[in-house]
Amino acid sequence: MNIQCPTPAHEEEVVLLGHGAGGRLTGELLDQLVLPAVGGGTGPLEDAALLPGHPGLVMSTDSFVVSPLFFPGGDIGSLAVHGTVNDLAMRGAWPLALSVSLIVEEGLPLAELRAVMESLGKAAQDAGVPVITGDTKVVGRGAADRLFINTTGVGQRHELLAPSAASARPGDAVLLSGPIGLHGTTVLSTRENLGFEGDIASDSRPLHRLVRALAPLGDAVHVLRDPTRGGLAAALNEIARDSSAAVEIEESAVPVPEAVASACDLLGLDPLVVANEGCLVAFVDADAAEDALTAMRSLPEGAQAVRIGEVLREGQRERVTLRTLVGARRIVEMPLGEQLPRIC
Amino acid sequence: MKYLDEYRDPVLARRLLDELRRTATRPWRIMEVCGGQTHTLVRQGIDELLPAGMRMIHGPGCPVCVTPLETLDRAMAVAARPGVLFTSFGDMLRVPGTDTDLLSLRARGADVRVVYAPMDAVRLAAEHPDREVVFLAVGFETTAPANAMAVLHAARLGLANFSMLVSHVLVPPAMTALLDDPDCEVEAFLAAGHVCAVMGWHEYEPIAARYHVPIVVTGFEPLDLLEGILMAVRQLESGRYEVENQYVRAVRRAGNTVAQDAVRRVFRVTDRAWRGIGELPDSGLELAPDYQEFDAARRFDVGGLCPVEDPECIAGSILTGARLPTDCAAYGTRCTPRHPLGAPMVSSEGTCAAFHAAGRTPTRSTA
Ligand code: SF4
Repeated sequence: MNIQCPTPAHEEEVVLLGHGAGGRLTGELLDQLVLPAVGGGTGPLEDAALLPGHPGLVMSTDSFVVSPLFFPGGDIGSLAVHGTVNDLAMRGAWPLALSVSLIVEEGLPLAELRAVMESLGKAAQDAGVPVITGDTKVVGRGAADRLFINTTGVGQRHELLAPSAASARPGDAVLLSGPIGLHGTTVLSTRENLGFEGDIASDSRPLHRLVRALAPLGDAVHVLRDPTRGGLAAALNEIARDSSAAVEIEESAVPVPEAVASACDLLGLDPLVVANEGCLVAFVDADAAEDALTAMRSLPEGAQAVRIGEVLREGQRERVTLRTLVGARRIVEMPLGEQLPRIC
Repeated sequence: MKYLDEYRDPVLARRLLDELRRTATRPWRIMEVCGGQTHTLVRQGIDELLPAGMRMIHGPGCPVCVTPLETLDRAMAVAARPGVLFTSFGDMLRVPGTDTDLLSLRARGADVRVVYAPMDAVRLAAEHPDREVVFLAVGFETTAPANAMAVLHAARLGLANFSMLVSHVLVPPAMTALLDDPDCEVEAFLAAGHVCAVMGWHEYEPIAARYHVPIVVTGFEPLDLLEGILMAVRQLESGRYEVENQYVRAVRRAGNTVAQDAVRRVFRVTDRAWRGIGELPDSGLELAPDYQEFDAARRFDVGGLCPVEDPECIAGSILTGARLPTDCAAYGTRCTPRHPLGAPMVSSEGTCAAFHAAGRTPTRSTA
């Protein structure tokens, strides 16, 4: 080694975009930095938390930073309602009330803010959940990307439902309420003008009615999760980890819309890892699987519900495997961070 | 998944596998040159379903993997300069250079942007006349035409603030270099369908004839690969060595002559060092003299670069198919997609990354 060739100096690590993508990097950030600082307990990270001392009440919070603000099938306003309603629903809860907090960048046209807020209001009304408190901050140009929205929600659990990411059991059927990949490919396509915009729309929608339809099945419903950031791959891996389960899905059973498939092919993305905002996975007792599918299919948001796999009785725990189209088995890894489109 | 059904039909796949088992009387070794094909083979587990002993050797066809370390270090030195707006395809952002990668540079304030086509970089240059817009142009024959068009377009617009860091590579010289190696085990090739869609396959005919090696132009879907493998095995079993085309829906013998013309105008063939493999004569493209004003390497004097490879990485042996990722001591432990030591762990087309994504471990790799 000579004088011009110093040993590489590895600088302090900094936050990367991938730390927010819902995969392994996000998990590391939470485990190593965020949770220890707030004295977060151990145990599974759920979509919403039970309110200590108030049995039956759950609470969830989420921030929405999507760009662009408007995309086919939705906008940041309706998404901010659906996201939090769905997080509550995944703990078996019906939403009672929401708070809405806005961070607005100086210079955002009022017309756009108005359109977003009207959409947010309508989404809350359609979901039947009142917005009862909120906050508005304006920051200087460049300090935020146009508009960020935080929503917090409180919900009441359906009497018999107590789903948790830690409750999957051997023999469970894995159900999916609708096709995957629509939200992520729509937003990417709209942001980057990829030309798929005409063919795809986000699946953004509330899922609490779907959960209510499952409520009569009671404790046969073990896990509910909406595969948002990190997609189906992340959701299943979290469930496999938290339940110490061996999850196996069948590639040919997972519904991927044609336009999603084409966009993913073009960009080198994996549909299993692309974000969704309007479908859920349910792990239910095998005996209750048909009833659960019938219940889901009775509602428009669950019309395309399918069974995609099962929890194996024997198999490597904490693993998600996929039976490929040609009949081989492959492991579905927890996605790392941001998916980066590939080259050719 | 229910898409592109025709090329992903499980029943047809099983039929092709049965046919392959009936046809193969020996444990043939076939190399898929292209990283996209490696990706499909490993993701679908096709390599694990082949007749006993038969082996796919994963070739050097990941453009991210073979981009020289020196080019990456240069790219990062340019990207870090004030006033530069650096553009690249997404998967180049995580490739480790000697000290860092483009993604980390971006997190520290460099203006590094992902583009989906080189023309987007030209558009950025037109929109930001006060910035120097640089595009990192890597890839095989597949991406060269679009990059050539971008240069032609920038020239037409008279853009003085657009340049490219060019590190294109060519497939046929890599194939002959592999075949010239006395340790080479490859008995047949699957040639990359996308490359041939541009270049045609006439370039492969002298290689097949000279080295007595069957070459099958093959697509990227599971059934394409199974059919390509079957066609190669049929040739091997009957002692033929021809160039055959499995990918008829996209490829003609002459390729796309318009694209070839653009490449010929803008680039010229040059010697190129492949990361992990070394210098191969006439195996790369650089900007032709008429277009050198767009050469970022000339425009930015970044001073002496000192590329140093990680000593643990055996990327060279991986890229030539001599070893498997699971043979590498760092695989899955010190080297992961989160902290890649070498390029094959970065792009989804890199062999190490493809193995890692499919959860392959040293005991579970039969490829
Ligand atoms: S596993 Fe990592 S260190 Fe080993 S050869 Fe692959 S890229 Fe290099």
